[in-house]
Amino acid sequence: MTVLPAAISVQSVTKRFAGPGGDVVALQDAQLAVATGEFVCLIGASGCGKSTLLRIIAGFETATAGQVVVRGKRVEGPGPERGMVFQDYGLFPWLSVRRNIGFGPESRGKGRQEVAEITSRFLDMIGLTAFADAYPHQLSGGMKQRVAIARVLANDARVVLMDEPFGALDAMTRERLQDELLSLWASTGLTVVFVTHAIEEAIFLADRVVVMSPGPGRIVRDLRVDLPRPRDVSSPEFNALRRDLSALLHSHHSRLEPGVEP
Amino acid sequence: MAPNRLQRLQRLQLPLAMALPLLALLGWWASTRGAGYRLIPAPGEVGLALWDLAFGGVNDDAFSGMLLTHLVASASRVYGAFLLAAMVALPLGMAIGRVWLARALFDPALQVLRPVPVTAWLPLSMIVFGLGPRSAFFLVALGAFYPILINTVFGVRSVEPRLFEAAAMLGTTPAAMFHRVVLPAAMPGIFTGLRLGLGLSWVVIVVGEMTGVETGLGAMIMDGRQLSRTEIVIAGMITIGAVGYVSDQAVTWLGRRVLRWSPQHA
Repeated sequence: MTVLPAAISVQSVTKRFAGPGGDVVALQDAQLAVATGEFVCLIGASGCGKSTLLRIIAGFETATAGQVVVRGKRVEGPGPERGMVFQDYGLFPWLSVRRNIGFGPESRGKGRQEVAEITSRFLDMIGLTAFADAYPHQLSGGMKQRVAIARVLANDARVVLMDEPFGALDAMTRERLQDELLSLWASTGLTVVFVTHAIEEAIFLADRVVVMSPGPGRIVRDLRVDLPRPRDVSSPEFNALRRDLSALLHSHHSRLEPGVEP
Repeated sequence: MAPNRLQRLQRLQLPLAMALPLLALLGWWASTRGAGYRLIPAPGEVGLALWDLAFGGVNDDAFSGMLLTHLVASASRVYGAFLLAAMVALPLGMAIGRVWLARALFDPALQVLRPVPVTAWLPLSMIVFGLGPRSAFFLVALGAFYPILINTVFGVRSVEPRLFEAAAMLGTTPAAMFHRVVLPAAMPGIFTGLRLGLGLSWVVIVVGEMTGVETGLGAMIMDGRQLSRTEIVIAGMITIGAVGYVSDQAVTWLGRRVLRWSPQHA
């Protein structure tokens, strides 16, 4: 396998928060390299720092120590080359679907004509052309998340950061969006970092599953998933992986944080 | 079957809304029936007074045909003062809501002044602005000022933090954040403030016009009281109620158009 240049390089990142009983170490000395075009899932129990790590890569939080380099540039704050997809969508409620998708290009000073072309293309891509003039509150959760994904892609994001994006959706919608995301990823060569707490989702989607554990939050395992796509969730290989991961997650967290679902 | 039932209920809306007013009117009519001196004139007399105020030709006195003059005088004060209040309260509210320095500077003083009722300003305003329309104008502006200010502050402060993150990661610069995110997100709050402010303007105008003002609905009501023309007083009240209602409906209609995106307004 050829070694691609790292799209994301997390270098000894530590994050401490001031808590009521002294400092809380949310993330301890995290090291992670994600290659261009790679799909990486971060998985772990709540409090393992997976969202914190993602938010540091996005530039919403600053690392207490260490640094993140994305496509050769040190992360100093949020930027359009790193698109974020939130669990609660984060769509602008006062803008139509079309204008939500056009928000990024518009913000960056693209001309009216160009914005219109971009939005039409991405509306078509997510199959929501008929809903172009609808407002977010008129959409289902799945539709909202499609708009949120289109919005970052329309803004030329090369790295897409997803924070439990399908966590609030029903099972059917979630599966459909997982398939759509994979085909988008396959056709665009995006780099994706995807936070989840669902083991099956991680194995289904990722090239690599990075397992994190709480107290203090750290990376405990970096697992390559070599199953061919589309992956069969009922295959013995898939289930073997699921068992391994499940055991790994439970061993860490029954010790540290009993009773919490991974 | 559910939509049918809903439709049936909706047909009941108007009759239900009319029930209480009709009942009150009936009670009013019944209690003022018969001859002799009464404190309150009968509904028919008030209706006649209203007609005479609007078109003249009944009594042909100082009140006849003057309704439009009074109405225009009051409305111009209400909208003028309301506009002035909005022009000060909107930018000030946005600054207090988003700029630490503005909040530290203005908020304490404004909070201390806020509990002072508008009516308590009346004597002072008469001393400063003199008896007359300027004092009324000031009171209305003051009355509209606080609801607009407070709701604007609330509106610009309660923007979901997630939306700032979303805008930032899409390339919105900090300088553009205000008009791209804060302002549109605050529109429902701002509109609520404007609506409350305008409503209060119609309340305060009557108080403001009660002393030393020649024309205006408040002046007309006070004249009616001094001359023991109670039917004029009630006709004036009805007019203010109607105009205030129409004014509020207009703002609400505008709000529904501008805030089509908001599930609470659409």
